[in-house]
Formats: sequence, C-alpha cells, structure tokens
Amino acid sequence: MTAAVSTRPRPASARTDRARQRSRDGGWGLLPTIVLVLGAIYCLIPVVWVYLAASKTRGELFTTFTFAPGTGLFENLGSLFAYQGGQYLMWCVNSLIYSGVGSLLSVFVSAMAGYALAKYEFRGRSFLFLSILAGVLIPGIVLAVPQYLLLSEFNLVGTHWSVLLPSIISPFGIYLSRVYAMSAVPQETLEAARIDGAGEWRIFQQIVLPLMVPGMVTVFLLQFIGTWNNFLLPYIMLSDQDMYPLTVGLFTLLAKGSGTPALYSVAITGAAVSIIPLLALVLFLQRYWRLDLVSGGIKG
Amino acid sequence: MSTTVQTPRSAAPPGAPAPSRRAAPRASGRRQSRGNRLAPYLFTAPAVILYIAFMLIPVGYAVWLSLRAYRIEGGLLGRKTDVFVGFENYVAVLTNPDFAAGFGRLFVYGIIAVPLTLGLALLFALLLDTPAARLKRFGRTAIFIPYAVPGVVAALLWGFMYLPSTSPFSYITRALGLGTIPFLEEPGLFGSLANIAIWGGVGFNMIIIYTSLRGIPSEIYESARLDGATETQIALRIKVPLVVPALVLTGVFSLIGTLQLYSEPATLQPMTSAISNTWVPLMTIYRDAFGTDDLPQAAAASTVLAVGTVLVSVIILRIVNRKRMGVNS
Repeated sequence: MTAAVSTRPRPASARTDRARQRSRDGGWGLLPTIVLVLGAIYCLIPVVWVYLAASKTRGELFTTFTFAPGTGLFENLGSLFAYQGGQYLMWCVNSLIYSGVGSLLSVFVSAMAGYALAKYEFRGRSFLFLSILAGVLIPGIVLAVPQYLLLSEFNLVGTHWSVLLPSIISPFGIYLSRVYAMSAVPQETLEAARIDGAGEWRIFQQIVLPLMVPGMVTVFLLQFIGTWNNFLLPYIMLSDQDMYPLTVGLFTLLAKGSGTPALYSVAITGAAVSIIPLLALVLFLQRYWRLDLVSGGIKG
Repeated sequence: MSTTVQTPRSAAPPGAPAPSRRAAPRASGRRQSRGNRLAPYLFTAPAVILYIAFMLIPVGYAVWLSLRAYRIEGGLLGRKTDVFVGFENYVAVLTNPDFAAGFGRLFVYGIIAVPLTLGLALLFALLLDTPAARLKRFGRTAIFIPYAVPGVVAALLWGFMYLPSTSPFSYITRALGLGTIPFLEEPGLFGSLANIAIWGGVGFNMIIIYTSLRGIPSEIYESARLDGATETQIALRIKVPLVVPALVLTGVFSLIGTLQLYSEPATLQPMTSAISNTWVPLMTIYRDAFGTDDLPQAAAASTVLAVGTVLVSVIILRIVNRKRMGVNS
C-alpha cells in the first residue's frame, strides 16, 4: 500500500454525492467551472499568442491584430534555424545535455543519499540531514557568483562542466528521495535480503532502486525542468555563444533584437519552438508525477 | 516538514553509561547486521562531496572574499593587491542606496506577487476539489502548463504582450480610443512583473495544494455534510486549515523565488528604460561582480541576500509551526 495512493479520483462515494451536492449548492451553479475556465484562459493566452505571433511575417507582426494568425510561419522557422549558422539548434542540444545528463546524475546521487538517510542508522545522520535541509533554504542563485569564482580557480568556467556539476547536487531532491524511501522501501524486505546474504550495494541496485522509481521520476522531472529553466548559472558561467542553453541564447537574442526589430520574429519563433519539448514532457509525464511527495502527503 | 524528521538514535537518555549506548542499536531491532557499517557512508558520499564542493565551499569562499578588498598600493603604477578589510564591504552594501532601493522594489513586487500566487493557487486547488466544478482535467492541465515555460521565455512572451507595438491589450484599448496601456512604466511595471511570476507560479503551487487536499480522508467531509455544512463551509473551515502545511511550503518557496528575482527584469530591460542596471538586488550583484569587477562587494551583497533569505524562511516556519500547535492543542 506504500506506493500508489492519493492522485486517483475519490471512489464512488464522491460521485453519488454529487447529485445531492448540486441541489444543496445550487446557489453556486456554474460559478466554480467558470472561474476555473477563466484561470485556464489566463494561463493559455501567452502560449496561444506566441504561436500565432510566430506565424506572422515581420510586417504582419506590427500591423495585424495580435490574435490573428499570419502567413510567415515557415519563413520564420527558416530564419530561426539559419540564425548564426544554426546556433539555435546548438542551444537546444546544450539544454538537453545540461538538463538530461545533469538530472540523471542528480537523481542517482539523490536516491542513494535519500535511501541511506531513510534506512540506515549511522553516526552523523541527523547532522547530515539537517545540513541538507538548510541547503534547501539557501537560494541556488545566490551561490552562482561564488561558484563562478571557485570554478574559475579550476579553469572550468566556460566549459560544459561549469553548468553541469553544480546542477547535480540537489538538497531538495535528496530530501524528497528520503521521504519517498521511508515509505516505499519496507524494512522487512531489506532484512530478508540481508539474511539471504545479499550485499548492501546489491540490495540497493536490485531491490531499492526499482521500488523507488516513482519517486525518482518526480525528482527527475523537477530537476530537469529546474535545470532547463535555469538562467543565471549558465549566464554567469558561459561566454561562448555556442555553449549556451536555450534560456541564455534567447535572452541574448532579444537583447540584440531591441536595436533591430528584425530579430523580434526570430526571438518570438525561438520562444515558441523552445517550449514545445517541455510542454510535451509535462503533458506526457503528468500521470507519473508524484507531487504529493512535495506537499508531504505521502506518509503511507 | 517537521513530521518527517525522525528522532536521532543518539538521543538516548543523556546520563546513560557508555556500554548501553553500544547495546542500543541491537535492541532497537536487528536493523544493522555486521559488515554494513560503511554502507551508509558510501551511499551518501557522492552527495556529501558535491554538497561540500558546490554549496559549503562557495558559501565559505564568498564569506571570506566579502571580508577583503582590492587595493592599489604604491601610487599610480602600484600593484593591485587584496587586503583584509573586515566588515567594510558589508557597511558599504547596507548603506548602498542602489541596493536598498532594489530591496524596496522587491518588496513592492513581492507584496503583489506572493499573496496573489498563493491565493489563486489555493482558489484553483479548492475548485478542482469541488464536486460541482466541471472541466477539471482541462483546467488543471491548462493552469499547470506555464510551469513548463522557463522564466526567461515567460518574460519574453509577456514582454511582447506588454510592448505597445505588439500588445494585444493595447491594441484593443487603442481601438477604443483609450491609448496605450503603460505596462512597462514605473508604477505599472510592478504589476506587470508580478503578473509574470503569478502566471508562472500558480499552476505548480495549485498542484501541490491540490495533492495535499486529495490526501484528506473523505469521511471528514461526509460527517460535515451530515451535520449540514455547505461546500463553502467545508472548504473554508475544513480544507483550508488542513492544507496549511502545503501553503507554508509554497509560501516559503515563493518568497525565496521573490528574493532571487533576476531573469524577468533582465529580460524586459531591452524593452523599457524603466528598468535600471540595479533594479533588483541580484542585478546589482551581477553588475558588481562582472561589470565593475568588484568581487568582494558582490560577495558581501550575496551573503546579505542569502542570510536574509534563510532568516525570513526560518521566521515564517517558526511562526506558522507555533500557530499550528496552538490550533491543535
């Protein structure tokens, strides 16, 4: 019973109640639905806008009504991918490397540490756990400047490592992994495996890791989106435009574009294309999220 | 959060003699068989090493650097050396009008952004949990979508929606003869920036509060309904108090996010003259570190910002925990 709980719709009772409910709450009627739909529209407007704007030619962008579709989509895509000899595509690849590799490593490190903190008793455990909790409170962005200084001592500034390495350590990921391991890994199973003579590493690999997969998917997604959306760290660390992730690339593109509105279309189209992979990821993986982890709702 | 913290094993009776402490682990349930003493250390080693390398050392380094300053010795042709100056940089930071003004702007921005983000997130979460609401799946997904949009891209999207020449809103007001809406000028700018944060933050916070709502056993509602409570009463008197922990968590995160405000104003900067190089504290830090090369000053400002963030978070957690205990007893 430890694993899947909570996000399922509430069983029949809620549904049979509904009829009774509606009569009692009749005064409210459609209001909840209307407010919800208004919220949805508010959240979708800029997304709809950017795709419409991306379909406009430069002239149309400033002259036609903003919510009218244009005729220049393919032209815009063409100039986006041709920009600076295909730099946009390199930004996409870089974002994928930083977020993909970084969060895979991060999940692995977090799962090991979280499991150890949840299931072993060792000297220094509570001290370590409290330090990690404190780490959750330290704003990552404030660390960026000293991290830059430190990495520059090791000549790592400007390399992929300078963005990748600091993204691996995630106190919040460790915290979530610990919460998850506490409820998802039964102590009895560990005992049984030990009695059977399995080594600690084998137990972790073959028993614990599979049990922790749902929690790790959540940690992975949070970390992936966090790194993908990160701006200041790569902005500080990198100077070579070819190594930029999408966020920094689009930012510099816009900064340049302020002088030349010709680049507006490129920036808009770039923004529109850049959110497609993440939209797909979030929509596709929605059902695998265990965000009850984050709210502390998973106490088993 | 506090609920998940286990009492450490070493919290045995303080006066207990040493041998009994050795016996304790065995008594507490054959947890640890022999040869695995090292295992937890090996499992946590990568995390500890990275934690030390990328969090502790940078913090320590920043603090050390913040106590020093670059001085040019020996007249015009002298060498640049760095010397210990104590709290001089901190005094400079705390008395720096740019930095103070940045915090002032952050305050105005935060007063708008944080309560609205949390309020809307709570409202939408409660609506999703209301039997009468329809289109829940659509609403939940649509409201969550902005979370997938990076802050820089969100600022870019909204920036174009604010910019007089491309704004759909100004397009409409102009057509009505009302002129352009000054989204990117000083008083309205706070609302415009807060709106970007609200837009990006509502969905994630809503999901956290909503999952927390789903965790409440439905028997509670059944009995409240039998007692004649309306859905509104159930929402306000039962659901809201029970999701306070989730609200606190999201509140602390929103607050930390507020203090870190950087990429949104920086992205909007090319579009307006109302955003200076020192508009928020992090922009001042960035300018000190990379514009004027005054690293000690930037380090001191970073430290002030970090200490401020941790203090504010801890104070909030304290106050709320005390309140909750008061409610429970």
